[in-house]
Amino acid sequence: MSLALGATDAPGRVGRGLIGVAAFIGLAEVVTRAGIVNPAYLPPASSVLGTTGRLLVDPAFLVHVAGTLAAWAMGLAAAAAIAIPIGLLLGSSRRVRDASAAAVELLRPIPSVALIPLAILLLGRGLDMRVALVAYASAWPILFNTIYGVRELDPLAIDTARAFGLGRSEVIRRIALPSAAPFIYTGLRVAASIALILAVSVELIAGGAPGIGTWMLANSGAGVPRELLYAGIVVSGLLGLAINGLMVAGERRLFAWAPRLRSRL
Amino acid sequence: MTAVARAQPNASDGAGIGLRLAVIVGLAVAWELVALLANDPVYWPRFSAVAARLWEAWLANPAAWVESAWPSTWRLLAGWIGAVVSGIAIGTLIGLSASARAYVNPLVEFLRSIPPPALLPLFIVLLGIGDGMKVAMIGFGAAWPILLNTADGVASVEPMRRETARVYGLTGRDVLARIVLPSAGPRIFAGLRVSLSIAVILMVISELFATVDGIGFELIQAQRSFRMLDAWAIILLLGLIGYALNTVLGLVERRVLAWQLGATRSER
Amino acid sequence: MTGGLLEVDGLGFRHADAAPDAPPAIEAVSFSVPGGSLVAVVGPSGSGKTTLLRCVAGLVRPTAGEIRLDGRPIDGVPDATAVVFQDYGRSLFPWMSVADNVDLPLRRLGLAPAERRTRVSDALAEVGLAGTEASYPWQLSGGMQQRVAIARAMAYRPRLLLMDEPFASVDAQVRADLQELTLSVWQAHGSTVLFVTHDIDEAVYLADRVVVLSPAPARVAADVAVGLPRPRDQIATRSSAAFVELRARVARLIRR
Repeated sequence: MSLALGATDAPGRVGRGLIGVAAFIGLAEVVTRAGIVNPAYLPPASSVLGTTGRLLVDPAFLVHVAGTLAAWAMGLAAAAAIAIPIGLLLGSSRRVRDASAAAVELLRPIPSVALIPLAILLLGRGLDMRVALVAYASAWPILFNTIYGVRELDPLAIDTARAFGLGRSEVIRRIALPSAAPFIYTGLRVAASIALILAVSVELIAGGAPGIGTWMLANSGAGVPRELLYAGIVVSGLLGLAINGLMVAGERRLFAWAPRLRSRL
Repeated sequence: MTAVARAQPNASDGAGIGLRLAVIVGLAVAWELVALLANDPVYWPRFSAVAARLWEAWLANPAAWVESAWPSTWRLLAGWIGAVVSGIAIGTLIGLSASARAYVNPLVEFLRSIPPPALLPLFIVLLGIGDGMKVAMIGFGAAWPILLNTADGVASVEPMRRETARVYGLTGRDVLARIVLPSAGPRIFAGLRVSLSIAVILMVISELFATVDGIGFELIQAQRSFRMLDAWAIILLLGLIGYALNTVLGLVERRVLAWQLGATRSER
Repeated sequence: MTGGLLEVDGLGFRHADAAPDAPPAIEAVSFSVPGGSLVAVVGPSGSGKTTLLRCVAGLVRPTAGEIRLDGRPIDGVPDATAVVFQDYGRSLFPWMSVADNVDLPLRRLGLAPAERRTRVSDALAEVGLAGTEASYPWQLSGGMQQRVAIARAMAYRPRLLLMDEPFASVDAQVRADLQELTLSVWQAHGSTVLFVTHDIDEAVYLADRVVVLSPAPARVAADVAVGLPRPRDQIATRSSAAFVELRARVARLIRR
């Protein structure tokens, strides 16, 4: 629907989006060039973009990007490995779920960043600590969505499979898991964004090993060109955009059959 | 524009009070036993010790309320309310116009993809290390889920509902206040829930940096002087605050969205 | 009653969470379905028809009496039954293609892959859906989805086909088409069908015999033989005096 509309609209959907971005950059450029704000605080957009471009091909900077991505990927993988099995277990038994609800409700509100100082004391400032914190924070949405997905399982779907003589393990493998998969994936998608937030937060607070946050702290002092700080933010935004974009594209590809996504086709 | 309405099961339904209390007591006992076995009171303090510290240093200590808890709480609430007001206002504007959505969509998608803590060094450079920086930080980071969910919710109001309103000659303001916003209500509240937990995270982060007061400041002090017992107590305290805020928001939501609960129930 | 392919003997069912003094959902229901026949069960809504069918399918265990298939009491889901449910949207799996949905129960029969493929495409062709193998169920209309469910049951080649209000969710024209389809596959395969419905018209039109259930607790109010000649015809049969008389008789039995 929206595709067809976009194709016939005057500038088109993509075109309008580009116009919006260009207008934003242009405005930022004018505001600084005209001297309305101090360039020491807000450098011209063109020089921020130029700096971003240079950083993206600078191996010394890319080491920091790789550091952030390593903690992000390992933490997310650990979270999935822990939260999906637990979620399947909690989701499939009402009694287990009820019993664990109180514990989950108490643990969930603890802001994960508050654990950073403690984690530094217990695990040091290395990769272990980063991965542990990223995993802790990103496990929650995966856990909740897995429980939800298992709970949403249609009893009639199970009856149908059983009526044709499918055994318990086959029902789990062929019916329960596929039907919960889109929910689990949604949890992973939310967790991917949270994992990036945590990875950067940990770097900002703990410093040490290479990472975008570490790099930004080092480049926020007096005398460092302001462009670098802005460029660092642009890169972290692009990273977030790329992660979310890939996750959404994967969702559309894998789960086109899910009613929730189907309506968007 | 995709929003981050996180599907969350209502964890509390069906659980008896007795069972839940038993689980909480069980967790506390388990912590106590593990700590006893670890026998390392500095790094792995017992639950009873942490709870006692939480009680004497925070809950039963008016000075801590005034000097630490209050500065944190007001910055949190000020930033979050700013996020609520601006998020709902801008989200509604964007949601009402398909054309506006087309123009700002990529920009919004980019801005909300920036991990909020990455803005911290910049906010410090721009606004210093005072309350203003922290409130702005919290507000900026927490506004996105509200904005996106509001825009999504407003944009997807059943056309039939708007047409009904037009048939009966409602004015634009009435349509907005009585049709569009209530219809978008569930989505907006989903955004509010996510944004509240982001606000708590940003409150803590902003206080872990260059600060002279607040709960986060106490936490980083405890870490620097290796006072594990205090660090654990503060983490429990933050959990309690988060739990309390979620509970209050849940009560407000139940009141405001009472119609929707009834509607979905009658569909079953 | 003996000698049927399916024998329901003194069947009783009481929900596990029902109050102790509440009447059971089903009480002392007995009837038999001879091999090769099509027997319909009708009853007012809430009369335990679906529960009865779930007992026969082996999905729930009766609390009294016995169900025998080929003379052997059933315990769990029998190997030789297939079910078509009313809610095709929920009993077809949206993450599987049409072919995979039909193939699902065939995998455990130990058939060669080529044989499975043949059975799937034959069954789909038989219900008029040749060439839809690669589609997904949700890309088809409601009537077509129910045809897929019927194809799945036929490809399984069951001794006994159970149908639970299979056409209650489709509109009148599609329902008539699906009734014809049911009759034609039943006759082509010589299969045995137990058809549960609340639609008296449909029951009389399709069946050799109609088992009429009373309001809860469900008991057999009557077991009516339908002597209408076959092949039946939507217009001629339905307008015949015998059909009208039978329909009225069943309706009176239900209302009583």
